[in-house]
Amino acid sequence: MRYSGFRVIAEALTGHKGWKPVWRDPAPKAEYDYIIVGGGGHGLATAYYLAKEFRQARIAVLEKGYLGGGNVGRNTTIIRSNYLLDGNEPFYEFSLKLWEGLEQDFNYNAMVSQRGIINLIHTDAQRDAFTRRGNGMILNGADAELLSRDQVRSMYPWLNFDNARFPIKGALMQRRGGTVRHDAVAWGYARGADLRGVDLIQNCEVTGMRIEGGRIKGVETTRGFIGAKKVGVAVAGSSSKVMAHAGMRLPIESHVLQAFVSEGLKPLIDGVMTFGAGHFYVSQSDKGGLVFGGDIDGYNSYAQRGNLPVIEDVAEGGMALMPAIGRARLLRTWGGIMDMSMDGSPIIDKTHVEGLYFNGGWCYGGFKATPASGWCFAHLLAKDEPHKTATAYRFDRFLKGLMIDEKGQGAQPNLH
Amino acid sequence: MIINHPILGPRDAQEFVYLGDANLINRPDGMSAGIEAFHDYLYNRDNPAGEHRELWYHEQGDRSWLVVTRNTVTHEITKVELARDVARAGGRSK
Amino acid sequence: MSQSNRIAGGQIDRSQTFRFTFDGQAYAGHPGDTLASALLANGVRLMGRSFKYHRPRGPISAGSEEPNALVQLRSGARQEPNTRATVAELFDGLEATSQNAWPSLKFDAMAINDKLNTFFTAGFYYKTFMWPAAFWEKVYEPIIRRAAGLGALTKAEDPDEYDKGFAHCDLLVIGAGPAGLMAALTAGRAGARVILADEDFRMGGRLNAETFEIGAMAGADWAAGIVAELAALPNVRLMNRTTIVGAFDHGIYGAVERVSDHLAVPAAGKPRQTLWRIYSRRAILAGGATERPIAFENNDRPGVMLAGALRAYANRWGVAAGDRVAVFTNNDDGLRTARDLQAKGVNVAAVIDSRQGGDLLPGIRHLQGAQVVDSAGRLGLASVTVRLANGRTDTIACTALGVSGGWNPNVNITSHHRSRPEWREEIAAFVPGAGGPANLAAAGAAGGDLSTHGALASGQAQALAALESLGISAKASDLPQAEDAPIAISPLWFVHEGKGRAWIDPQNDVTVKDVKLAHKENFTSVEHLKRYTTLGMATDQGKTGNVLGLAVMAELTGQSIPATGTTIYRPPYTPVAMGTLAGRSRGKEFKPFRLTPSHKWASEQGAVFVEVGNWLRTQWVPKLGETTWRESVDREVLATRKSVGICDVTTLGKIDIQGTDAGAFLDRVYCNTFSTLAVGKCRYGLMLREDGMVFDDGTTARMGQNEFVMTTTTANAVTVFRHLEYCRQCLWPDMDVQLISTTEAWAQYSVAGPNARKLLQKLVDQDISDAAFPYMGAGNITIQGQRGRLFRISFSGELAYEIAVPTRYGDALIRKLVEAGKEFDAVVYGTEALGVMRIEKGHVAGGELNGQSTALNMGLGKMVSKKKDAIGMVLSSREGMNQPGGYRLVGVKPVDPKGSISAGSHFMEIGAPVELASDGGWLTAKVYSPHLGCDIALGYLKAGDQKIGRKMRAVNFLTKTDTEVEIVSPHFFDPEGERLRG
Repeated sequence: MRYSGFRVIAEALTGHKGWKPVWRDPAPKAEYDYIIVGGGGHGLATAYYLAKEFRQARIAVLEKGYLGGGNVGRNTTIIRSNYLLDGNEPFYEFSLKLWEGLEQDFNYNAMVSQRGIINLIHTDAQRDAFTRRGNGMILNGADAELLSRDQVRSMYPWLNFDNARFPIKGALMQRRGGTVRHDAVAWGYARGADLRGVDLIQNCEVTGMRIEGGRIKGVETTRGFIGAKKVGVAVAGSSSKVMAHAGMRLPIESHVLQAFVSEGLKPLIDGVMTFGAGHFYVSQSDKGGLVFGGDIDGYNSYAQRGNLPVIEDVAEGGMALMPAIGRARLLRTWGGIMDMSMDGSPIIDKTHVEGLYFNGGWCYGGFKATPASGWCFAHLLAKDEPHKTATAYRFDRFLKGLMIDEKGQGAQPNLH
Repeated sequence: MIINHPILGPRDAQEFVYLGDANLINRPDGMSAGIEAFHDYLYNRDNPAGEHRELWYHEQGDRSWLVVTRNTVTHEITKVELARDVARAGGRSK
Repeated sequence: MSQSNRIAGGQIDRSQTFRFTFDGQAYAGHPGDTLASALLANGVRLMGRSFKYHRPRGPISAGSEEPNALVQLRSGARQEPNTRATVAELFDGLEATSQNAWPSLKFDAMAINDKLNTFFTAGFYYKTFMWPAAFWEKVYEPIIRRAAGLGALTKAEDPDEYDKGFAHCDLLVIGAGPAGLMAALTAGRAGARVILADEDFRMGGRLNAETFEIGAMAGADWAAGIVAELAALPNVRLMNRTTIVGAFDHGIYGAVERVSDHLAVPAAGKPRQTLWRIYSRRAILAGGATERPIAFENNDRPGVMLAGALRAYANRWGVAAGDRVAVFTNNDDGLRTARDLQAKGVNVAAVIDSRQGGDLLPGIRHLQGAQVVDSAGRLGLASVTVRLANGRTDTIACTALGVSGGWNPNVNITSHHRSRPEWREEIAAFVPGAGGPANLAAAGAAGGDLSTHGALASGQAQALAALESLGISAKASDLPQAEDAPIAISPLWFVHEGKGRAWIDPQNDVTVKDVKLAHKENFTSVEHLKRYTTLGMATDQGKTGNVLGLAVMAELTGQSIPATGTTIYRPPYTPVAMGTLAGRSRGKEFKPFRLTPSHKWASEQGAVFVEVGNWLRTQWVPKLGETTWRESVDREVLATRKSVGICDVTTLGKIDIQGTDAGAFLDRVYCNTFSTLAVGKCRYGLMLREDGMVFDDGTTARMGQNEFVMTTTTANAVTVFRHLEYCRQCLWPDMDVQLISTTEAWAQYSVAGPNARKLLQKLVDQDISDAAFPYMGAGNITIQGQRGRLFRISFSGELAYEIAVPTRYGDALIRKLVEAGKEFDAVVYGTEALGVMRIEKGHVAGGELNGQSTALNMGLGKMVSKKKDAIGMVLSSREGMNQPGGYRLVGVKPVDPKGSISAGSHFMEIGAPVELASDGGWLTAKVYSPHLGCDIALGYLKAGDQKIGRKMRAVNFLTKTDTEVEIVSPHFFDPEGERLRG
């Protein structure tokens, strides 16, 4: 079923009787050519592009819970391609370009909204670093602008300009950055994959991997053994748990990142903003809630919940930047489990097991990467070679000393 | 969270700084071990969902490094030791 | 306006009258009222509009679960959007306005959405607005965003203060209804340290809203008596107006005390609210239960409310929510409402009971086996249509309808650790499940004990269990007599009749139809249901609607409710003001200031300061007549190089390192060697991380055989110290080495320039001639008798010293240095001049020490000794970090001396196209060198060591500058270092 304004009107006039399930609930088959483990954004996008762009068939996505229940369902919905390093920027720019055509591509309105992102500058050193970054972005075909303090002030005159501990001195802006309705991304990919014959199998947890002679044969699941020629794992947050089934230890720790939403407010913030002197970033959803976040809690956790000090820290950053939100109320906090990698950058790579592929280590940058991650992982699965924008995302970069360390923090995941 | 410091008693986790897996104590000897051994030591992690031994530093306190045994699913802490004791028990010296 | 709906009784103080306004209209109420009770007393039912359809809304509850009666409270900078009128305490002069309605609450133009509801089904927007692509940002979304949100902020700074506090207790009791009071009493009498917190301003919970008796007295009176006894116990702390908002790890609870919200403005010196971090050994959740509605067509009109709320308004506040009321119930609790209202003389039109049989109240029309199938009334309820047991319909005129679909225990906080509630069939509700916060138990209605007796008994039992686990002896007391009615419920979730909309989530306008559509489209998982329909995502977070939505989905899928799913709750329990969470960390107090010992002196001189982490450092010190910062900085640089300059370098990290293994220890933590350093000498040290990247640098001096003083960069003072402790305790635990951070113990000044020695010799008691105190010398000295330290080290490239005294003498020393320097025309220079001179000398600092660079990148590769084990030595030898074409530190200057270059520009070959392949690296830091008379910069350039002398471009697309530059050695000034040794 093709979605359109016409269809919505036609259904409305006929009592909404014609809507069909957005996806089927197929029983798992005995064997597939491709099994994607993980029905989050990245897994669903991988299946979608495998079927659509790489013309592959006999594909299943195995999801332990519900589709889109991973970090695609619990993030702060920001898209951007304002990365610093050569290993990252082409990939994230590829992703942003895919976002720009996504809704027409998968016929689902995910509300990709390029209202711009600004990273506020508070010191000369930050301006130098952002200048380097902005120029790198432009060299990679992305857009970037440096805003003066006055330009920022004209956009958001009610920020703390006059009594700030760390005065705002300007900003790096990417106008093509913005937000996307996160759940809709999962649903759009799921629907698109389902339409192309991909079996989306929910409530099906992978409990083991069958590996014979160094080659993957399939996966053990809570719904029985399912054979596969190739298995791609895209379960960020649980990567270490799943890859342990293949005997692998990963350069990844699981950490909890909290995120927050306020009660619905009349329009206040148009785009996305990050505070450069504290842990705070914010946007406002189309429903009016301020969606914001800050730093990870900082300790290994699989608990999908965090603690009060980080909530306070984020609120302090918010109030330091925006003293007018004192009477806005925090409505809900939640926690997602991040695959924090050892250099803060992801991995899309083969493994030592033939036919077993891995996609993970997204830290807290996974949402914006969803389209490119799916595309590049599908490319790797279908062609056995990395996509040209993802050549740096290899396991062996740590052994070779080719880390992609945006923050320059070294092998300490909780600092990335 | 509250960490029951072996010397100071229960202290708020906010007084501490987290480093990571306590296996970081087991640093290879740089004069004998090579890149591969250091690579595995520095970069790869068990990252268990469950009991985890990890290093915390009492920065706003007595500057002890501690090995805290904590469940990464429930956050329950079952044991707290001085990292120095753990290191010595593991055969580390000078 | 008279309080037309005010009836007798209630816990309000009728001796005082408060005046207040709603949408500019004046009303009167009494102390003890909420805004909602006062408005209802004045006959006002319409208090808001729903989010999507802009349907008229009135309160459905009398508590914090309220989804409908949301207003903007107060005005100006204190305007508080989305405030629940049902919990806003009335005060004299209160101002409130309606929200999400234009031009007025009674006539809201956006109510057009309601007419178009057939198009605006759940998730319709996912299916349209896709063409043409550019229209989303330009056309569709701006319209949607303009309609977003409910209440508004004013964008003015919140004028109120907020506070934070810590509280500790043996037992935290959450909720002061019968269960909580009994628990607190049991623990309080046993001598335990108890905190009893309740979100209401009056403790007692449901007892205040009911006519139950406990013992031989009214429940509310019994509660007041217990509260009085607790108040007299020194070990019990009563916290009313305090909501426990979250359960965190290890017995820590977040609580918000609304200190001043019941006042027009906070009293002087008092915060508006306080965030408490309550550290409890045990906790009991006695948070009661929330009534749930039954969905039927048009069940959202103002006047339709929960039956328990209807009777709460009558019993507690002396308000009849309507002059003629009806009750629609599926359980005995609804009958209480009819009985209580009848007793108060309110006209009870009918009890519509979906059950057959059961008790009949005398004098009231009972319609058993009947269901309400529709309602009518434009801006408020006028009548309901009832499907009778015999199949006929009847229309019953009423202006208020109390609906009772049963009660849901308030399990919220028990699921904050992601424990899932369990279904209990007898009460047709979820109760706390296993795996909740380890120290928390539930009592009373929150635990599923819905009778008053059950609440008292479980409150006592849970307190005794908690006390026993704490080793506090206590004994059970006889429980007073209280009602112990069984729960007679026959679940009815929604009325199946009718083609119209039956609301489940009245704020977000989620109806039964939406759930049906979600089911049809296979959004059947409870999370999909929530996310697709927005059920439970409104400001009440589904407190009344979630279970109902689940039940509808269960019926559609043919599964049981627990098999369909459970919803769990996230903190906070009720929404929390951002100001409260931030406390005093805002404005200039966002982070503490660290001030150097010369700060006072520098302020007196009119110095300009700059934030460096939490430090404030002197950036430059303008002299009279200087109009630009460059004038000041150029002067400071030139004067220093010509004669002498003084700079406060106290912020550099300083670590004393002592012990017989101190030298060996330094060999391990620096990539170069220190054990061979002679006593009385300094050496530049480069510290790597274990991954081989440069971590930090600084000079370290050997003050004695077993005594070193290390300096670190300002930025890394804390992390280097932490790292050294890690090395000492975790890696080499038997090394005899002790560390102490002395960053704040010593005031330290750099004295640099050709006359530095002459100046210092005036103050230093010892001989500091070149022979006695050579380049890189270090030692303990006295300054006019006062102990100090002297290091002959230079960041500026001049003959230079760093002189240190205990911090308390720092102010005296800067004044003495300036005085002694007068004859040399000494200047005090700030961080800008420091930056100019270090770049002239090619020293690495912030822009180069970026955590992404190796010693090799910095041109310091030879410093990494392979003869000893040191942190980072092995991994610095990885192939990717030793590529010949990798980045190397270079100097840069424009070919045309007037040319301008900027840090962050990228290197490109002349004529190269704008693409990634052209990227040669970047300029890390740039200054104007008054000595060379042009801009100079440092940069990381690919294969830069092979490109010295080459001409390239420094391109900055952001400022649209493209300057031809020459790649030079990073040592712009005195490359041989002759001045250092002068």
